[in-house]
Amino acid sequence: MSATPHLLQVDDVSKYFGNVIALKGVSAHLNAGEVLCILGDNGAGKSTLIKILSGVHVPDEGRLLVDGDEMRFASPREARARGISTVYQDLAVVPLMSIWRNFFLGAEPEKGTGPLRRFDTGFAKRAAREHMLKMGIDIRDPDQPVGTLSGGERQAVAIARAVYFGARVLILDEPTSALGVKAAGVVLRNILAARDHGVGVIFITHNPHHAYPVGDRFVILNRGRMIGNYAKNEVDQDELVRLMAGGQELTELQHELAGAAHVPAPE
Amino acid sequence: MAQEAASATPPAAPADERLARVGILSHVFRRPEIGSLVGLAAVFGLFASTATGFAGLDGFARWSDEASNIGIMAVPVALLMIGGEFDLSAGVMSGSAGLLFAYLVTHGAWNVWPAFVVVLLFGLTIGLLNGLLVTKTGLPSFIVTLGTFFSLEGINLGLTQHVTGTVYITGVDTASGYGFARRLFGSSFWSPHDFETRVIWWIGITILGAWILGRTRAGNWIFAVGGDKVAARNVGVPVVRTKIALFMTTSTVAALLGMMITLQLRSIQAGQGIGREFEYIIAAVVGGCLLTGGYGSAIGAAIGATIMGMATIGIPFSGWNSNYRALFLGIILLLAVLLNSFIRNQAAKAKL
Repeated sequence: MSATPHLLQVDDVSKYFGNVIALKGVSAHLNAGEVLCILGDNGAGKSTLIKILSGVHVPDEGRLLVDGDEMRFASPREARARGISTVYQDLAVVPLMSIWRNFFLGAEPEKGTGPLRRFDTGFAKRAAREHMLKMGIDIRDPDQPVGTLSGGERQAVAIARAVYFGARVLILDEPTSALGVKAAGVVLRNILAARDHGVGVIFITHNPHHAYPVGDRFVILNRGRMIGNYAKNEVDQDELVRLMAGGQELTELQHELAGAAHVPAPE
Repeated sequence: MAQEAASATPPAAPADERLARVGILSHVFRRPEIGSLVGLAAVFGLFASTATGFAGLDGFARWSDEASNIGIMAVPVALLMIGGEFDLSAGVMSGSAGLLFAYLVTHGAWNVWPAFVVVLLFGLTIGLLNGLLVTKTGLPSFIVTLGTFFSLEGINLGLTQHVTGTVYITGVDTASGYGFARRLFGSSFWSPHDFETRVIWWIGITILGAWILGRTRAGNWIFAVGGDKVAARNVGVPVVRTKIALFMTTSTVAALLGMMITLQLRSIQAGQGIGREFEYIIAAVVGGCLLTGGYGSAIGAAIGATIMGMATIGIPFSGWNSNYRALFLGIILLLAVLLNSFIRNQAAKAKL
């Protein structure tokens, strides 16, 4: 191992559900201020890997290390306590509630004592606005319900909240999958903003076009096995696309589609 | 119009003004109780013009009494609704509590105060039962509390008849400690207008409810468990505990109201409170609570109760047939829901 341990590392991990091999022999690592992209099609084992990293599952084989220390997380809460936060697709925000209420939900700052102990709403509004601004999103009105924000902005709320509460590793599960081109762009900017604040980001996606521009390392999964682990300078975007789709199959598909495109449309 | 403005003034200034104006408007529209305030003004205006004495202090004393009867319960029911649940047993619960209280101080010959404490504990227990049934079974609270409602109704009638041979318990005023308890909970002040002391309790409970909802950690949790239970759990909000606490609050306040009524009337009917659960829900909805949870206000619920109190008094004061009270309330409910949803849509559109 290197002299300075990685922020987060998995070492040859495997996970079985009964006789189904969900994940086999996957190794990867992440440093602070880096983006690690985990690519794979549906059923490739991405979800299983996230769940190992975020403390939902314990790997059956292999090791999970945080700052070089071997970990066996019993729950997501333990993982969070070590600074590993997961932003799920549903984002864990309540649409009807304002930005500042969502930002501090479950960890509300309080002031006063005894029966006068109360939610410090002034601080919450200021802090929510300030930390959204750090993510590059200027919310003029923290009273705005989260439901009126765009998908990318909502994501920024979830990310800013995780970073504010001490996340050192941020796991983003398919954050761009349900979004249009423009909203996906906001999400990619969110990822870079978090990275620039020294957070290690794990970006799970099946879209190499989203992964390549922001990633520092790329792990490609296929049917539970790792079929590639590259630094950015070892791979280009086309190669990533090919690996994702299982190489040969995509080349064939491309030929087929190119052929179809030349068929003249019937009048 | 835009061209006129641009030619009359420098271009930067009107743009800023317009922004600020939309900001204030959307802030006002975003308050859940804004629709009920409009309704309150309309209903007050109607009865002030048709009913003699309605707008005076005597009228005020009468409709505030009716409003407090609904309003004391409308606040916890609103909090529960914002938390995403219903309590249909809230009405009959006030009857059960009143009967238990009356039984203890008459047949049991207890002093008022230990009986008071026991009845509050009884309220907490029924609320705990409701809460546990809803959270552990995952059944809709509408059904679970409908079950509690009918169970309590049966017990109230059956047990009262079994114990007294009639359908009421009288003689509460013979209990020791009655005088002071009545002054505190069931008497009136400011002669000759005679405002009920219950109105003070109602105002206090409303302020407390608004404070909890708007200014405490628990309030944030209430909005969250009603707005999105899964999201709330994911960020560490104790969903089950919050919901059970809301059910317990509702039943306990119902117990308090039942005792207030018993102290005021010196007796209690076995049928007390039945049918009132829907009036509490109407007050909460008129006040801006969403039936689906996650949105609403305690102040709004109090305003809703005020509108209903005004209607109850205003209709006979105007010389109209009181039998039409329910019709009036039904129309108010429909109008209020239409107005509230219209305002919410406007607020959503006017997103700065």
